[in-house]
Amino acid sequence: MIGDVVGWLTDPAHWSGVDGIPTHLFEHVWYSLLAVVVAAAIALPLGLLIGHTGRGTFVVAGLANGLRALPTLGLLILFVILLSPHITGTLVYLLPSEIVLVLLAVPPILTSTYAGVQNVPPAVRDAAEGMGMTGFRVLTRVELPCALPLLLSGVRAATLQCIATATVAAYVSLGGFGRYVVDGLAQRDFPQMAAGAVLVAGLALVADALLVLLERLTVSPGVSGRFGEPAGAGGSGRVRGMSRMVQRFLPLRTNLSRQETS
Amino acid sequence: MKQYRALGGLAALALLTLTACGGGSSNPLSTASSAVPASASGSGSAPAGGAGSVTVGSANFPENVLLAEIYAGALKAKGVQVTKKLSIGSRETYIPGLQDGSIDVIPEYSGVLLQYFDKAATAVSSDDVYAALPKALPATLQVLEQSKAEDKDAIVVSKATADKYKLTSIADLAPVAKDLVLGGPPEFKTRPDGVPGLASKYSVTFKEFKALDVGGPLTVNALKNGQVQAADLFSTDSSIVTNGFVVLADPKSLYTAQNVLPLINKAKLTPAITEALNGVSAKLDTPTLTTLLAKVAVDKKEPADVAAEWLKTNGLG
Amino acid sequence: MSATLDYLVRHRGEILGWFGWHAWLSAVPVAIGLALALPLGWWARRSRYARTPLIAAAGVLYTIPSLALFVLLPVVLGTRILDPVNVIAALTVYTVALLVRVVADGLAAVPDDVEQSATAMGYGSLQRLLAVELPIAVPVIVAGLRVAAVSNVSLVSVSALLGVPQLGQLFTNGFQLFRTEPIVLGILGCLLLAAIFDGLIVLAGRLLTPWRSAARVT
Repeated sequence: MIGDVVGWLTDPAHWSGVDGIPTHLFEHVWYSLLAVVVAAAIALPLGLLIGHTGRGTFVVAGLANGLRALPTLGLLILFVILLSPHITGTLVYLLPSEIVLVLLAVPPILTSTYAGVQNVPPAVRDAAEGMGMTGFRVLTRVELPCALPLLLSGVRAATLQCIATATVAAYVSLGGFGRYVVDGLAQRDFPQMAAGAVLVAGLALVADALLVLLERLTVSPGVSGRFGEPAGAGGSGRVRGMSRMVQRFLPLRTNLSRQETS
Repeated sequence: MKQYRALGGLAALALLTLTACGGGSSNPLSTASSAVPASASGSGSAPAGGAGSVTVGSANFPENVLLAEIYAGALKAKGVQVTKKLSIGSRETYIPGLQDGSIDVIPEYSGVLLQYFDKAATAVSSDDVYAALPKALPATLQVLEQSKAEDKDAIVVSKATADKYKLTSIADLAPVAKDLVLGGPPEFKTRPDGVPGLASKYSVTFKEFKALDVGGPLTVNALKNGQVQAADLFSTDSSIVTNGFVVLADPKSLYTAQNVLPLINKAKLTPAITEALNGVSAKLDTPTLTTLLAKVAVDKKEPADVAAEWLKTNGLG
Repeated sequence: MSATLDYLVRHRGEILGWFGWHAWLSAVPVAIGLALALPLGWWARRSRYARTPLIAAAGVLYTIPSLALFVLLPVVLGTRILDPVNVIAALTVYTVALLVRVVADGLAAVPDDVEQSATAMGYGSLQRLLAVELPIAVPVIVAGLRVAAVSNVSLVSVSALLGVPQLGQLFTNGFQLFRTEPIVLGILGCLLLAAIFDGLIVLAGRLLTPWRSAARVT
């Protein structure tokens, strides 16, 4: 079976044309990226605001688990039916798919942004205010950079969710790697199905690696503690710190992280 | 005291696991039944035997559910005790169900049924397919009389396309198909009577094939909006008439006959059952089935109601 | 609204059956997944060498699209493709992938001094795990269980594309008929089921950690 899948993936016929891997790769990336960007545009400001002011925390709690319970397939079909009389063309399938993906992506980004801002040590906040910074400056100059690790881990979780779930768009005739999964099922062509799954997982790994790189580049060394710690002292401190973090941002436990940072 | 609380917690977790423990069997047909009490329709609580008792199943698409409701209604009218298990799934799921007794009778289509049990079958016409079935079916199953109603694949184009290229049969597509996009279910791309069959029998090769759904809203909309110029729909689909689509003739019989007929477990046959189902098959034809299906698909009426109405009008219910 | 209620009443037998199936298909993987994730998470915490590959594998498994896993597991397991057991197996894989990290982090959240005092009191390694570490890790694990259970409810509905009987059938039926009533009922059913599971798990967590409610009172 594995041999069949490898054979399917290395077949040059599958690398060109309308049904080729590059075409579907582009579509899949497009669907996921658009959703994550829109979700971030909604969730980042909202999370920062709620974390900074401390008001409206019920939004975070309610949204996190509530939205996760929504069945993606059902929502997708519902929106397609509701929009069909009003829109023609591919948009009638693209818009519902994006809505569903955004609904999936918002909770992780929102909860982690909120947790990130909340976790800024009070001493740091006080120092900023002591230096004469107003609320908005405290938020952008101090809280946001400190919250960046958690925030980015939320974006990673959201990206992962979107890439994995974008496969369902193929059910409503869109493209992406889900096409191989759906078509493979209908044609009883299991190597094709497995290849689709492998491609999705591969894309997710690549996206995650890119986001880790982004994290490395944007998070200040002072926040991540990346000076290179001595052998013994770093250990238990990190563990103790993790207990508070873990309780805060558990909904994110879908990360592909191999590091023990933040 | 603490122990009781801990036990309580574990009990809650256990309760979680045991939720709906009635769904414990791995056969989806053995527990999840939508048993509508036969007594509700007035056929009394007569013990099994006499007129017999059956479980009517259906595949999970609207036309098959409608046909199953028609069969169920006709059977009840003859005093048979009926249990319904609708929307089971595809053939791979319900054929084993027929063989192990989870369901007893299901509406089927002669051509695909023959293909399922005999991949090498070559029969194409209604009579040939029907004649070939008894030998192909397993020993425990049997088909009753077939109806004239057929639901087969139809290659369909919009009126505009038909007028533009003067299309009346699939053969007319040969010179122009390379500029056209074909839409259909994903399996059409590799099915022997799908894209490969069109190429080999009619020398028709389209520019592109777009995977949509099985004769459903995606395909109809794509054809209507011009995303595809030709589509694979089903002959009983009322949207063909509503949208003015043109069904292309199939002179070389690429698509085998697909007469509607009951597939039944031999052990369950009684004279009442045979009479009821043959009565339905005698009165059912393609235009009728198309009209009834439209009532379900377009007017959004319940299949059971549409079935009951038709049976009454035809003296079968 | 009344059309939706109508649909519910007309099809109540089917829908109730599907609800039951859905509950079972979502709940069993949570139980099995937890049972598997506890030792795996403990191992990931204990052994630095095991931790990285375990967590990495868990992450990769979680990205495999559910539909693909439902169909490909039978090839690996040798079961019939349309057997609901495949759904349970696939969801168990996802649940384990999710919970291994949660269990590892939960056990890691036990303060060092508590562990040391337990050892000083004479608890052996296994005893310490069962009597001290796990109870303290319960809130973390409960939070993870809630996520897993709720995610499972949503994932089970995808198997409707394979004809597996559960609430997702309402979605495929609704799409074929192009009606919103069955779909709305399906979504509501999933939400209800998720809420029930969430409530039961929270209740279990509260019962297993009586000391937390005591702290809240005082």
